[in-house]
Amino acid sequence: MLLAKIVGTVVATRKDPRLVSSTLLVVRPMDPRGKAEGNYLVAIDTVDAGVGETVLVVSGSSARMAAGLKDCPVDAAIIGIVDEIEIND
Amino acid sequence: MQLARVIGDVVMTRKDANLEGITLLIVQPLAPDRTPVGRPIVAVDSVGAGVGEEVFFVRGKEASFPFHPAEPPVDAGIVGIVDHWDLG
Repeated sequence: MLLAKIVGTVVATRKDPRLVSSTLLVVRPMDPRGKAEGNYLVAIDTVDAGVGETVLVVSGSSARMAAGLKDCPVDAAIIGIVDEIEIND
Repeated sequence: MQLARVIGDVVMTRKDANLEGITLLIVQPLAPDRTPVGRPIVAVDSVGAGVGEEVFFVRGKEASFPFHPAEPPVDAGIVGIVDHWDLG
């Protein structure tokens, strides 16, 4: 899973019917120290996260195992809001 | 699978219900000479690994298999703690 910061929202009227009740957010992956890295992603929110929050994003077919996303055409889902990151290397 | 060192952990209160009780660790993938390769990622732990230990982890949906029959939405999971490795 990737740590990411939510930077925006996506609005789409015409979309796959299985995405009708989903919230789409734009997230920027970051390293555990908070430095942004890599490309922006569109992820489905399953935990009522909001812009500015640090979240955990699951990618690939595992994203469909998040709550409410069974059989949905998605490859990135927000599955938690991060309270704390502890690094010790 | 990839070799990695556990370098930290992540704490979340609001999360997917199927993640309840599952430990989330930050792993840094390693080359066999123990130099870091690529980005650190967050992996679930099913073997009781801790910070500082060398482990191997699996990517993809298979990361959820140790928690069967539960199906947590995870794409990386530690499945072994490495005692040592040797290159011939």
